Amino acid sequence: MERVVVTGVGAVTPLGVGARALHERWSAGVCGISGGEGACADFNPTDFLSAKEARRADRFTQLALAACAEAIADAGWGDGADGGGAGASGARGGRAGAEARELPYAPERVGCVLGTGVGGIATLTGGQDTLRERGGEYVSPLSVPLMMSNAAAGALSMAHGLRGPSFAVSSACASGAHAIGSALRMLQHGEADAVVAGGSEAGLTPLARAAFSALDALSTSGVSRPFDARRDGFVMGEGAAVLVLERADAASARGARVLGTIRGYGASSDAHHITAPREDGLGQAGAMRAALADAGVEPEDIDYVNAHGTSTPLNDRAETHAIKLALGEHAQRIPVSSTKSAIGHLLGAAGAVEAVATLLALRDRIAPPTLGLSEPDEGLDLDYVPDTARPLSHNGDRPALALSNSFGFGGHNAVLCLEAP
Amino acid sequence: MSTTITEEQIEKLVIESLATFGADPDDITRDATFEALDIDSLDLAELSQIVNEQYGVELKGSDVAEVKTVDDAMKLIAERL
Repeated sequence: MERVVVTGVGAVTPLGVGARALHERWSAGVCGISGGEGACADFNPTDFLSAKEARRADRFTQLALAACAEAIADAGWGDGADGGGAGASGARGGRAGAEARELPYAPERVGCVLGTGVGGIATLTGGQDTLRERGGEYVSPLSVPLMMSNAAAGALSMAHGLRGPSFAVSSACASGAHAIGSALRMLQHGEADAVVAGGSEAGLTPLARAAFSALDALSTSGVSRPFDARRDGFVMGEGAAVLVLERADAASARGARVLGTIRGYGASSDAHHITAPREDGLGQAGAMRAALADAGVEPEDIDYVNAHGTSTPLNDRAETHAIKLALGEHAQRIPVSSTKSAIGHLLGAAGAVEAVATLLALRDRIAPPTLGLSEPDEGLDLDYVPDTARPLSHNGDRPALALSNSFGFGGHNAVLCLEAP
Repeated sequence: MSTTITEEQIEKLVIESLATFGADPDDITRDATFEALDIDSLDLAELSQIVNEQYGVELKGSDVAEVKTVDDAMKLIAERL
């Protein structure tokens, strides 16, 4: 099967604008959660978009456009002979490719798959307010194009002139991982030479807060402390991440710098409950096993697990079972940590943001920490890397491998097997 | 109501609306085409809504589709008042 490599990454998260901010600040133990939420407080849409582009995009699309511009610049697209850059460029996404960087492939051979849990919820609720307060004739004609779940995927394809397949993927909190997995398959099946893939979410709205609170899913203490005995729910965050994926032979032919490889992807369904995971972790373990099999590796080959680790009582227990089921005794020997301890739960963006964080951690051979974890809950006995990052105890003569777990309401499980050279 | 609306008022409304939609204020002249201003069908749908709200005049999609310039839009609005 054709290898698929990552040549560029971009992210906007509560730790700041840029994949580098995510990686370096999480690794340094910085927490981006403030006031019980993970907001992208540093993000100013017009730093990346024209006034027109900004008002034509819900916040989830704005975040995706910024992350995508960074990823494409990082991949060195449009740089001529330079095979890669490093970090945020602040490049503007031009409409319909007018200001876009030149693609290294035929435009119809470049796709876009973007995950989101709910899409443009702020646009939706704003339109509802207008309908109630003023009447239907005042609802904006921009409502549908801004709120639809595929708005970000469409905006990315327009901004960069990507004319291959493009669509949105929605599987709640597994959306970002499913998007990357779908892109992987698209490339493996030869439908494209490159795919821009990721996830985006901007759900910090009164409706989403109330709705998740009604489910008792949100932390009342406002602290994300996965695997800790005191954990009391997830902390909602917002953000986006985008990865540039390319067929390895094509990337090699253009002299691209390779950040890592999407070695495998596995997906499964709990078929159990619309919000609760199976307590025994069987469905989640199935996705982890499928990712290992897809990568053609054994549990003993895995150096690190980036957990879904939501800080909810149910997830962290079920996931610990799942990791043990999938990795056997090896589960006790490797670090397992949760990005959500530093940025909260980015819902449909989480899988993509965590794939970026995992890849950069692997590259630097470190296991970033699970912040806020001081008293692991009874029976949760894996090495969750409390407080501070730690070097990976890794056999240096082979690439480093990790699993990145994502599980969503609906019982959707998606796991990526990532490799860094 | 229609007798109190001047051409200048219509011009001001159209220009301000187009600027809100993202057109460069320096480029908005009576002769400017919507294509040159990067004003598309969604912007014109918004403009129709604003005109309806301000003047109580309903512009149909088929009318607006024929509008190519700022001047065309102003004339169409004036006709319907």
